[in-house]
Amino acid sequence: MTDAVAPGWRHLPAVASALAFAGFVSLVPAVVAGGAPTLALPWVPALGVEAAFRLDGLGLAFALLVTGIGALILLYAASYFRTDRRLGSLLLTLSAFEIAMLGVVTADDLVTLFVFWEATTITSWLLVGFDHERGAARAAALQALVITAAGGLALLAGLLLMGMTAGSWRLSGLGALQTSTAYPLILGLVVVAAFAKSAQWPFHFWLPNAMAAPTPVSAYLHSATMVKAGVYLLARLAPNLGDTALWHGLLIPAGAITMLIGAVWALRQTDLKLMLAWTTLMGLGLMTLLLGVGTPAAITAAVGFLLVHALYKAGLFLAVGMIEKGAGSRNYTDLGALARAMPVTTVVVTLAAAAMAGLPPFLGFVAKELIYAATLGNLLLTLAVVVANALMVACAGMIALRPFAGPPRSPNPTPGDPVWGLRLGPVVLAVLGLGFGLLPMLAENWLIGPMHHSVAAAPLEGHLGLWHGLGLPLGLSVATWALGLGIYLNLNRLRDGLAAAEPRLPRTEAWYDALMAGLFGVARAITAATQTGRATSYLRVTFAVLAVMVWGALLTGPIAWPSLAQLRAATFIDWAITAIVLASIAIVLRSRSRLTAIAALGGVGSGIAFIFILYGATDVAMTQLFVEILVVVFLGLAMVRLPTAGDLPFRRLNALVAAALGIGATVAVLAVLGTPLDPVLSTFFEANSYPEAHGRNIVNVILVDFRGFDTLGEISVVVIAAVAAIAVLKRRVR
Amino acid sequence: MNSLILTAATRVLVPVIVAFSFVVFMRGHNAPGGGFVGGLLAATAFALIAKARGTDAARRALHFRPLSIAAIGLACALASGFWGGIARGQFLRGMWPLLEATGSHLPLGSIPLFDLGVYLVVLGAVTGILFALDDAIEEDD
Amino acid sequence: MELLLAVLVGALVAAGAYLMMSGRTLPYLFGLTMISNAANLAIFATGRLTFGKPPLVPGDAETLAGAANPLPQALILTAIVIGFGLLVFALALALKSYRGLGTDDIDAAAAEERT
Repeated sequence: MTDAVAPGWRHLPAVASALAFAGFVSLVPAVVAGGAPTLALPWVPALGVEAAFRLDGLGLAFALLVTGIGALILLYAASYFRTDRRLGSLLLTLSAFEIAMLGVVTADDLVTLFVFWEATTITSWLLVGFDHERGAARAAALQALVITAAGGLALLAGLLLMGMTAGSWRLSGLGALQTSTAYPLILGLVVVAAFAKSAQWPFHFWLPNAMAAPTPVSAYLHSATMVKAGVYLLARLAPNLGDTALWHGLLIPAGAITMLIGAVWALRQTDLKLMLAWTTLMGLGLMTLLLGVGTPAAITAAVGFLLVHALYKAGLFLAVGMIEKGAGSRNYTDLGALARAMPVTTVVVTLAAAAMAGLPPFLGFVAKELIYAATLGNLLLTLAVVVANALMVACAGMIALRPFAGPPRSPNPTPGDPVWGLRLGPVVLAVLGLGFGLLPMLAENWLIGPMHHSVAAAPLEGHLGLWHGLGLPLGLSVATWALGLGIYLNLNRLRDGLAAAEPRLPRTEAWYDALMAGLFGVARAITAATQTGRATSYLRVTFAVLAVMVWGALLTGPIAWPSLAQLRAATFIDWAITAIVLASIAIVLRSRSRLTAIAALGGVGSGIAFIFILYGATDVAMTQLFVEILVVVFLGLAMVRLPTAGDLPFRRLNALVAAALGIGATVAVLAVLGTPLDPVLSTFFEANSYPEAHGRNIVNVILVDFRGFDTLGEISVVVIAAVAAIAVLKRRVR
Repeated sequence: MNSLILTAATRVLVPVIVAFSFVVFMRGHNAPGGGFVGGLLAATAFALIAKARGTDAARRALHFRPLSIAAIGLACALASGFWGGIARGQFLRGMWPLLEATGSHLPLGSIPLFDLGVYLVVLGAVTGILFALDDAIEEDD
Repeated sequence: MELLLAVLVGALVAAGAYLMMSGRTLPYLFGLTMISNAANLAIFATGRLTFGKPPLVPGDAETLAGAANPLPQALILTAIVIGFGLLVFALALALKSYRGLGTDDIDAAAAEERT
């Protein structure tokens, strides 16, 4: 087993990420004090687009999560894939994703935001499809791409509408948009984008499918960062778009449905990673719901839970990777009594699961109290949140107890904790969840308070604490634990019941499958109808369309025909050359001999060269003549190897198309001659060729000096054509 | 195609044509000619050798591999661009050091270097394809 | 003369298009050459014609007036070379496809794919 990447380099991305994290930490005091460091570089000044970034409380908290968890994940991935030859590309793509995500959460310009948003979509597509040799991974990656990219298009439209409505391309300068006439459309588009990205119902199914990704990727993208981009967007725009009937009506039901679907189907899973994916849906739904409620208390709960969730969920994902590495399976029915063999893993999972279950003294408990306090006003909501949380308690119990207690079971005969590189990240994340719970002021002052300030546009009132007194929230917490315990004790029965019911339930994925099937069907039909594979029919269509375009322009546009006075009278030589060229064309068309045809083609070219000479284009004429010589040489060489075409059968349709195009070309040239010539460029060249560019041959000066960039492109094309032709010729054919 | 007269004639003609092509290229800045025309003319000379004495003789006469010539040509054009780019901050900006120093109108500077690039690209590309075509055809025999 | 040039352009386009649609490689290459020529002539004609005065600044003058329009000439000059490159590439393809498929029917590859 050899290292895929040299040890010194393997941890470079993690170190870079940690340095970025340290950099953002150094900005915390400024942001906590109410500042918002801003960086704006001109990008497309003509359109008012800037590469603008701004760090307020929300952006900074996300930036800390992205870089901090990013550093731990990169460290973990470097060990997880240590001997895999794809490690280099994984680290590169993960780093690219991290930068993109950092751009999303710090962008202040609408276009900048969109560009980074799309970059996260593309990099996550690469990451989900990391095992690209597996069909399932490719399908899952494509599904995630299609859904999130479709959301991205909605986002683009929404952002442009917002920019035009607000008259500002800065997120920080949008102002309240709730009263504008475009508001419903803007909100609809933004909500589609956010729901697609954050896997809200009815787009939720891509997230469990995306578990085809390797564990470090899932831990990073599908719990801590990317799926929270949608939540971030909603939180970011809450001051501009929030707190209307439409906002409540869209976010609360979708969030609640996603939350309940996620919580219920998490119970159904035996694969721990899949279970975590479904519980992530629960968490994302809950955050959407809370942002939908939108009261200051709900916003506090949302941002608090966001922080808690990022810490424990990333930790649990990584811990599942530890279990898989150490015991050989991540399916809890294969595992048991691992606590003695894997003490570090056991502690990590227990700590993270306790945060997930909302037990004191973890930050998860603080967050849950906030959630209950925020949803108390509505009985239905309270009920939904209690049920979902109780299911989370059961899931947490499952993850924390099943693999580690009970009868010994392990596919790996000698299970044990994996290497330190795989331990560090989960340990840090689990301990942070406990530490912030014991010292809630820390989380409040540094993260939750500033985040709340950004989203609610007002400072946080009240304080976070473990003890809120004997109130309704505490009662609900106790009820949650009791219900959760009940579910846990009946887990196997519930799971089997869900498994039995699954085939009878409508699949929400069905609309996606139908849509894709329809799309492919339409594409196939169009391809079958238009792509015959016959080059001649493509040419016929191309020329026919060209003819229609030429005639369309000629027949619809106003045309000034040239008067005879504008045209130069033809001399005898003009007539003679024209006659020779026309005769040569006729010979090429009619000749049965290849040699005659090639000679006649040379006649056509030489005649044209003569016209160039007569009318002052000496350089062009010389070029044309030498090219003509070479064409004859080349065709002569090739002729020996190509069969004579013999008599070409007359094809009426082709002749018709060709005639229409030819006559159109003649008429078009005459029509152009009727319009006055704007000599501004030619006059400039004539006036400046010698004084400025020190050349008397103006054509040459244009080529190598005034328009040198064009010529550079052209000689590049010549080289490319030569390389391509030589490659084709050198290639051996069957 | 082994005409004795053609074979003999090429020995005399080709050096003359190549020399002439270079003259055509050099005078191109002030009179008809230039890199495109000169390069095509030189390529014609080597086509002539290939016709008269075979591709191998033409290859020997050319000394360098055609695509290397084309690549050097592209490099000349790029170098000309960077010359102006570095000295004056504008890519492809014309530089005439001799003119500025002595007032001489001899065509020496970044623009003639660019045109030399064109000459070499055309010569290299055309002869390259010509030789490849000849090889491909001989392969069949 | 412009009238004659316009007629020539039309004739070259029509003949070129017809040959390209014939489905045989050698006529296709002839047609391609003709259409390239037609495009160059069209640009030349629409830049207006000036008899016998190349755009060269005389040795005793700084600027030039009344000579042929240099701009279309520069465009055509590179177009001729590019057109030549295109023709040669098509020629290489034609040779190889004939060697591989044993026919100069340009639809043969599609026909072979179907069987």
